[in-house]
Amino acid sequence: MLLNIKYFGLLSEITGCHEEAIDFNGSTLYELMDLVFEKYPELERKDFQLAHNNEIVSGDMKLINNEIAFLPPFSGG
Amino acid sequence: MEKKPKNVFIEGAISSEFIGTSIAKHQSKTSIGAHNIFLGQVRADKSNGKSISAIEYTAYEDMAIAKFHEIREATFEKFNLTCMHIYHSLGLVKSGEICLFVFVSSPRRKEVFKALEYVVEEIKAKVPVFGKELFEDNSHQWKVNT
Repeated sequence: MLLNIKYFGLLSEITGCHEEAIDFNGSTLYELMDLVFEKYPELERKDFQLAHNNEIVSGDMKLINNEIAFLPPFSGG
Repeated sequence: MEKKPKNVFIEGAISSEFIGTSIAKHQSKTSIGAHNIFLGQVRADKSNGKSISAIEYTAYEDMAIAKFHEIREATFEKFNLTCMHIYHSLGLVKSGEICLFVFVSSPRRKEVFKALEYVVEEIKAKVPVFGKELFEDNSHQWKVNT
């Protein structure tokens, strides 16, 4: 399935893009993370959370065709 | 009735005129006896001898607007407020300028003291906004909330 992946802040500097489509054949977010870490090894050492449908989600979440965001620590205000 | 989430983002700094006008608009709401206002200002912190000249804010806007809305609803549940406004900058805000404006109003003062702190802390913790701190020599670092 084709997933729409978004990267923000520091993470988008590492990936060199804010958004990309990734073809993913696994099932959980952990598997997606492995795929993304393979592409961007530096990302693995960074502090981040994942969001799906405007909520922070954990790595064992099962994926359906949708948007996933990689979010570095929040620093609003 | 389900309320529609408001857009809280403002491009660039929040001006003192905007803040003044917001206060003035409440003169017709005469059940209010107390306002409390938080203004977040960009600090010219020093790092390795260089000063921060501005912060460039970006956000995961869809999620941020949803989170601002949840915080709003939760605050109205917890505290006896008449009204509440939140504005956050996106884009470039120079040091000394305002990047966050939170405005809570109630018939009584004790509610607004508690409510304002709650809202600001919730925003810092839950809203996906990211600050890129720019130095005078065009280098940068990513802001970390403390």
